[in-house]
Amino acid sequence: MSSASTQLITSRKMGIYDPFQQVSMWEDPFKGDISPNTGASTILQVDAGLPNKSEFNSHELTGPSRNDEEGNNTADKVRRRLAQNREAARKSRLRKKAYVQQLETSRLKLAQLELELEKARKQGVYVGSALDTSHLGFSGNVNSGIAAFEMEYAHWVEEQNRQIFELRNALQAHVTEIELRMLVESGLNHYHNLFRMKADAAKADVFYLMSGVWRTTTERFFLWIGGFRPSELLNVLRPQLEPLTDQQVLSVCNLRQSSQQAEDALSLGMEKLQQSLAHSIGAESVLAGNYGSQMAAAMEKLEALEGFVNQADHLRQQTLQQMSRILTTHQAARGLLALGEYFHRLRALSSLWAARPREPE
Amino acid sequence: MDKVTRLVSEKGIVIFSKSSCCMCYAVIILFKELGVKPLVHEIDEDPEGREIEKALMRLGCNAPVPAVFIGGTLVGSTNEVMSLHLKGSLTPLLQPYKSP
Repeated sequence: MSSASTQLITSRKMGIYDPFQQVSMWEDPFKGDISPNTGASTILQVDAGLPNKSEFNSHELTGPSRNDEEGNNTADKVRRRLAQNREAARKSRLRKKAYVQQLETSRLKLAQLELELEKARKQGVYVGSALDTSHLGFSGNVNSGIAAFEMEYAHWVEEQNRQIFELRNALQAHVTEIELRMLVESGLNHYHNLFRMKADAAKADVFYLMSGVWRTTTERFFLWIGGFRPSELLNVLRPQLEPLTDQQVLSVCNLRQSSQQAEDALSLGMEKLQQSLAHSIGAESVLAGNYGSQMAAAMEKLEALEGFVNQADHLRQQTLQQMSRILTTHQAARGLLALGEYFHRLRALSSLWAARPREPE
Repeated sequence: MDKVTRLVSEKGIVIFSKSSCCMCYAVIILFKELGVKPLVHEIDEDPEGREIEKALMRLGCNAPVPAVFIGGTLVGSTNEVMSLHLKGSLTPLLQPYKSP
């Protein structure tokens, strides 16, 4: 078991913990194994000087189970996988706890420093914008919920890459239906975790989530209420699921149409929210006293945003569930692989774009 | 609550809403898109609004709006409506009430 698994590197220059400069503590054990077009951009920068810890044991599947001992091997693998999942989840929870505790300490320190800053400012001392509070959330307080989300999300992406790798291997190696089913369940569960994380983040700062700043630039291009449009993803994936039975084709079609209708309804709801918010703020306050109630009305509108983000994620979740019901295990595995690879490539594209050579001025 | 019971039996599809609620608006739009005309009851414009709200919550609606009733039975709130629709189960429920 890892003892000092959460060593946070504070920015020693400032003596202040800045979560956006934070260093990744987990090395991706499959970094070397993933295909060359991986430009996997994680939000966190890796500091070469840090001790690297591998959280995942690499004794995952490396080949097909032998036919003559298939039954026992499979059951063992199932047990082992469940145990690994439990262990990984437990470690994740411990890491998160330790991390949040560290953040709280830093938050207090930051609050103290800000007070001193204010004093200095009032006395006419110029202070640089190094402590630009817009990055740190509202009122200059470190939003620990968002910082925790960023950490968890980076971890989620790494796990996602690992699962894609495993799925690809499993499909190529023609593993048993049971094995494949387990991988599909893991994959679906992984997305379920993402939506849970997003729900927590929405409570912490819904605008952060909606801005898509936690995603890469190309992913952000497709942003719809804090994520992807399920109907669009279905369009992208459908060709890769062939061959489909007539019944399946019909079901997928209906699902896509239903999702589209639901998405459109939510979009119109969002538009109405924007309009009524604009109306609240824009309404003429004839009397000075109106300002307060105007703002209160506007605040109420903003609270509705969290509901929209949750509903959008609910749609994404339901689309995944429905697809897993419509498809066979093998198709579902291919679907998850295709989905994972799609996002992976989008992220890689972001990195390429950021690194592209530009004309000198 | 009597008023709720009476209202939901008045018409096939009844949606309790609040005029300020944009999620309610989204759900109503969805139903219209599916070819039905729900009876929309804005409880913030009803003097007995508070009572209705309490009754809806007693029936199990956390929100309490939007609350969707089809054929006098509570279907649920946004979550339930969306889930049903993606499963393909909402349209059949609406079939009897579609405008020709």
